[in-house]
Amino acid sequence: MADFTVPALTRIWRTLDKGSRLLLMATGVFSQGRAKITERTLRTDKWWLQPLITFSVLIAFIFYATLRAFENANYFAEPLISPFYSPCLSDACVPGSSLLGHLFPIFHVWGMTFSPALFILIFPLGFRMTCYYYRKAYYRSFWMSPPACAVAEPHAKYTGETRAPLIMQNMHRYFFYAGLVFNVLLTTDAILAFRNSEKQWGHMSVGTLVLLANATFLWFYSLSCHTCRHTVGGRLRNFSKHPIRYKAWTLVSKLNHYHQNFAWVSLIGVALADVYVREVATHAITNWYFF
Amino acid sequence: MTRTLKLRIWRGDDKTGGLQDVTVEANHGEVVLDIIHRVQATQMGDLAVRWNCKAGKCGSCSMEINGKPRLACMTQVASYPEDEVITITPLRAFPVIKDLVTDVSFNYKKAMEIPTVSMPEGVKPGEPRMQQIDVERSQEFRKCIECFLCQDTCHVIRDHEENKKSFAGPRFFIRIAELDMHPLDTLRNRKKTAQEEHGLGMCNITKCCTEVCPEHIRITDNAIIPMKERVVDEKYDPLRWLGSKIRKREGIL
Repeated sequence: MADFTVPALTRIWRTLDKGSRLLLMATGVFSQGRAKITERTLRTDKWWLQPLITFSVLIAFIFYATLRAFENANYFAEPLISPFYSPCLSDACVPGSSLLGHLFPIFHVWGMTFSPALFILIFPLGFRMTCYYYRKAYYRSFWMSPPACAVAEPHAKYTGETRAPLIMQNMHRYFFYAGLVFNVLLTTDAILAFRNSEKQWGHMSVGTLVLLANATFLWFYSLSCHTCRHTVGGRLRNFSKHPIRYKAWTLVSKLNHYHQNFAWVSLIGVALADVYVREVATHAITNWYFF
Repeated sequence: MTRTLKLRIWRGDDKTGGLQDVTVEANHGEVVLDIIHRVQATQMGDLAVRWNCKAGKCGSCSMEINGKPRLACMTQVASYPEDEVITITPLRAFPVIKDLVTDVSFNYKKAMEIPTVSMPEGVKPGEPRMQQIDVERSQEFRKCIECFLCQDTCHVIRDHEENKKSFAGPRFFIRIAELDMHPLDTLRNRKKTAQEEHGLGMCNITKCCTEVCPEHIRITDNAIIPMKERVVDEKYDPLRWLGSKIRKREGIL
């Protein structure tokens, strides 16, 4: 029986810590000439808490998103479509769910129908994976490079983002452009949700609000992006020659201050929007109409 | 009002050393540097510590307090619980000279590798006129007091001594950003050298530099990431590269 008590986990951590210290004895804070201190960190606060929370939330999201992407069902309940499946571009899409038509035929992998979500999720996934905020989050919490400030990392070598595959982080701007297209499509989905299940306009339901909130969060996340800030004006040397771009840069800079918050809110928003649509599609709940 | 403070102070040199326990009285409103001075005056007459202004503006008293890079003159004793033992060590990214004093000459060598502003030909001192909105970004970076806490906490060199030869560090990325954003600077290869000679690509933007900056300079958001984006413009974005060849944009920016 595995022992998961606090003393047992502490013992395991100390053993690992000692092992990696031996491994790293010749470099980093243990390098020759630096102050001879045997601890990897002398921090007394709960420095491990933030990376642990980040790790847990991201793992939970990845687990849920993977299940939903492969489920290939319960993503459409007129007029609502899950953000994981929009735009639905495959012949495998359920009738009425395709906003842009069917670009891909049905095909099977290992006897399973290839889920329409798998054609499109690479774009939002790539946008978040290369996002400057998420890079900080997962470098710290998954790769422990470093796990927290002034806490020695457990790697003997480090080359940063200078080599493959991490040099691909420089493609962030292309994912940003793709993300804008997705935002337009998801906003369209939210507008189309001002219809009822018979496709008649002039109605509004809880689902409408859910999709509107999701699209809004995603716009804030995209517009507060560092690449957006650079594109609208950050690359300029002389703001005085470009007053409109300077104003745009100033506005995006204000949003950029909260980019981390928008990153989390929009991530959770996408998951909750999907949960809502799934619950409606499986008839677990009824999409309540205000009018 | 006084309190009795338990300290562990690292003492030694580049060969040997260790943490020594000290108990000392602390008065209300005192900072860690005051306490170190009291220890120096009463118990450890040969304790080495670098300090100067006691106002958070000279950047001399950088050290690590309970494992965090901080200025001793800006760290209130009252910010620690009564029963907490405060551990004080030298900066752990640089070679130690004695006790709390480290050799930070690495930073001065890196500073010399960055060419200063290059004004247009024929412009004499005192002649340039620039609008405030063109220089305000750079002014944030001029607040730097060169305490080198950002350099100390940056894991690229803190955890990898071998990277010191190829990585300038966050303090010098804000210097490069300041010059690259300068409206009159004529040196056009700053982005390229930032990436290829000063190791900008090694930064993985974990923002520790920003967290420890006593001047609250948003090093990562306002200097490093903008520089990374400028490097992408030049090196990794084929569309931008093509556009620059067709329109010669550099001149109008």
